[in-house]
Amino acid sequence: MTFLEVSDLRAGYGAVRVLHGLSFSVEEGEICAILGPNGAGKTTTLRALSGVIRGRGTVTLGGTNLLGRSPENVARLGVAHVPEGRGTFTQLTVEENLRIGGYVRRDADGVRRDIDRVYAYFPPLRERRRQVAGSLSGGEQQMLAIGRALMLRPRLMLLDEPSLGLAPIVTRELFGIVSAVNEEERTTVVVVEQNAHLALDIAHQAHVLETGHIVLSGTAADIRADEQVAQAYLGYRV
Amino acid sequence: MAEFIQQVVQGLGSGAIYASLALALSLIYRFTGIVNLAQGEMAMFSTYIAWQLVHAGMSFWLALPLTLLISFAGGALIERIIIRPVEGAPELTIVIVTVGLFVFVNAAAGFIWSFLIKSFPNPFPDGALNVGGVQFDFGTLGVLGVVAVVMGVLYLLFQYTKLGLGMRAVAQDPASARLAGIRVGRMLALGWGLAATAGALSGILVAPLLFLDPNLMSGVLIYAIAAATLGGFDSPIGVVVGGLIVGVAETLAGAYIGFIGSDLKIGVPLVIIIVVLLLRPQGLFGRPTVERA
Repeated sequence: MTFLEVSDLRAGYGAVRVLHGLSFSVEEGEICAILGPNGAGKTTTLRALSGVIRGRGTVTLGGTNLLGRSPENVARLGVAHVPEGRGTFTQLTVEENLRIGGYVRRDADGVRRDIDRVYAYFPPLRERRRQVAGSLSGGEQQMLAIGRALMLRPRLMLLDEPSLGLAPIVTRELFGIVSAVNEEERTTVVVVEQNAHLALDIAHQAHVLETGHIVLSGTAADIRADEQVAQAYLGYRV
Repeated sequence: MAEFIQQVVQGLGSGAIYASLALALSLIYRFTGIVNLAQGEMAMFSTYIAWQLVHAGMSFWLALPLTLLISFAGGALIERIIIRPVEGAPELTIVIVTVGLFVFVNAAAGFIWSFLIKSFPNPFPDGALNVGGVQFDFGTLGVLGVVAVVMGVLYLLFQYTKLGLGMRAVAQDPASARLAGIRVGRMLALGWGLAATAGALSGILVAPLLFLDPNLMSGVLIYAIAAATLGGFDSPIGVVVGGLIVGVAETLAGAYIGFIGSDLKIGVPLVIIIVVLLLRPQGLFGRPTVERA
């Protein structure tokens, strides 16, 4: 059985349909990249998966249905969604942000250990643990957002455009850490990116989205190798 | 000099009362970003519940916790039934809903208990402490003590408990709190419940001084809004300091500025609101939003 199974997912905003029946699946422990231009429906896909907007079709995680649940309940099933704009609690300190990430957990000791684990992945956060998160740089805030998601001990992590607004070198480092987390914790990741090149570097599988349809699926290596695809959909030359 | 200090002490006494309602206002402000204009009326209604319990023969010290409990439940219920449907609506919509709540609660209290004034038992002993010619009456000291305790409890709750951390997260970014699995609806109901409880204490502190009638809190609400504006709506310590300053300013202005007297005293909080909004909109202790782009 596949871990995350999405079939015929349709979603939109009011009368505007954005996703016209997406189907894809993600194996446990894999990184899946969803690529595509602006307005293709990448963010909408993640929002539908985490319950922020209503989706139709079927989405199951380890056999459990996700659609029709509130974001609170989807999170409690172990889905950590790092939204566009990072969702930082800017007036709370870095450490308080991390504690919020583990808020629903009952094991206080485990939460404390995991805060240290996050600091080990992202050393700059340890130095700024008592600062309000609003004073962090964009890259640090993105680290914090991913750290907050890790605090949930997620089975599935949804990353929305982690490279947005970051310098290329910072993005590269961040993707390296996501890859390391994926290997060490076996956390399944769905990452949505416009920066196809970077995402394909760490992903196992990839899907290319255009105006609410999946136009191409395959292993990250295949998609990267397909020069035509690269030019047509991803806007870069290999 | 002793007379001046006496006036200050009296001002602190009324200031503490404004502060108690301002604490309730600040609680709801944190969660919704709006001023609950019905806060005073909710407090008045709670006070009537306490009066009813005492009137029915219950001892004051039993009626008090029971009233606080009922108020908590009532506040949470108001959030669920009246505020929930407009959650996420523009702030003006929610403010208008609280105006409607104001009128409704006021009329309901008049309908149930009539508009005739009633005397309310004073929980504090009569008499005063005399220090160097200045009278600290026990009522004033009692009010100050209660307000200090409420402020301290709220501060500890928000700053040092997991629940308080969750409430701060919800207050700041409900959408993001939801993604962390926090039950936002429950937190908002809790916030309204706590505010109603703080308000109930405020009403019970005011009632022995002003007598109980359905318009008990309308004046206090204006002072409380001034206090919260001055201190900063999002800081429990700020609103208390703001309340004390407003109380002292009002009393001294009434006593020493000839043309103000006791008739124009109500103008003092309004002047304070305007000056603070012009010079320091976030209040003395309020935090302006710091955010790096």
